[in-house]
Amino acid sequence: MDVVSQLQKQFVDYSTSLYREGFLDDQFVQLQKLQDESNPDFVVEVVSLFFEDSEKLINNLASALQQQIVDYKQVDAHVHQFKGSSSSIGAQRVKNACVAFRAHCDGRNLEGCMRCLQQVKFEYSLVKSKLETLFKLEQQILAAGGSIPVLA
Amino acid sequence: MVMATDSQFHVLAVDDSVIDRKLIEKLLKTSSCQVTTVDSGSKALEFLGLHEDDQCDPKQQPSVSPNNHQEVEINLIITDYCMPGMTGYDLLRKIKESSSLRNIPVVIMSSENVPSRINRCLQEGAEDFFLKPVRLSDVNKLKPHMMKTKLKDLEKPSKQEKQGEQPAAAAAAESPQPPPQAQSPQPPPPAQSPQPPLVQPQQLHSAEPPQLQANNTKRKAMEEGLSPDRTKRR
Repeated sequence: MDVVSQLQKQFVDYSTSLYREGFLDDQFVQLQKLQDESNPDFVVEVVSLFFEDSEKLINNLASALQQQIVDYKQVDAHVHQFKGSSSSIGAQRVKNACVAFRAHCDGRNLEGCMRCLQQVKFEYSLVKSKLETLFKLEQQILAAGGSIPVLA
Repeated sequence: MVMATDSQFHVLAVDDSVIDRKLIEKLLKTSSCQVTTVDSGSKALEFLGLHEDDQCDPKQQPSVSPNNHQEVEINLIITDYCMPGMTGYDLLRKIKESSSLRNIPVVIMSSENVPSRINRCLQEGAEDFFLKPVRLSDVNKLKPHMMKTKLKDLEKPSKQEKQGEQPAAAAAAESPQPPPQAQSPQPPPPAQSPQPPLVQPQQLHSAEPPQLQANNTKRKAMEEGLSPDRTKRR
């Protein structure tokens, strides 16, 4: 197998596993469908925005939960935003972690919220590294002169 | 005056999330629309040339072209519901209360599937309600709504064609709409219906805006009940 085919196979296997393991859902497929020659970096751009946004949200959440008197409405607002952005890019596990988080906000349960924040951070860092790996594979394929396989 | 020369529709998209703005912009551009995005309701109003204290300004002509005091013609406004400060619903109301802007179709987006919220928006005159994440198939349904503003220069398309069916709609609107979850495999908003009737300019009255608004409220509820099975009562 030549280099390109090898890389392409790696890419397909890796992508498939991300969907199978629930890191990504169909919304990510939708993003890829929107990418075209007029905007060949669309997915990377959106995901980069997501990374930036998420890091801010995580910081805001940590800070909000550290207040003497926790403003759960504010915490919930941040989580709502995070849930929205993760849903928009197809980061399913992060989204699910946010859903669980909101339940604890509703219950004004500080310990629950702290645990959920850890969970969200964990899921976020996982999906971030997986997406970065995926993008790297894409770049390798392109650099080797190949095209990126489209998952059916 | 016919605006037929301007072939591209121009959409104003309002969302406080930078990611969602990027997404909706791409979706709309893929659908061959010109797009302007803003991050708040107040910026939207500013762009539309409406200052927040401008309501039903009697100096505005009962518009032949409603956007005559703006530089840009907007064919549709699509806005997120949950935004800090002015919500999408607040923005919708301001637009519908404005004599100059009320004829611009407004579509609401939300990540939350709350039937009462959806109904409230539709009652206030929103053309449609999309659940996020929004897809290309949703955006493709916008064209009929946008056509109205082009045809506007000919006549005001009224929703009179639906009038006969209002009683059914009222019933439909009263009953809790089949919770969107029950309606179909995915959780689409109730408003996933083909809308050819909207495009028809044939209802040639100079229908007064208040009528338009009243018809709007029924029409959306009706469409959910009517389509695809027009006979279905809910």
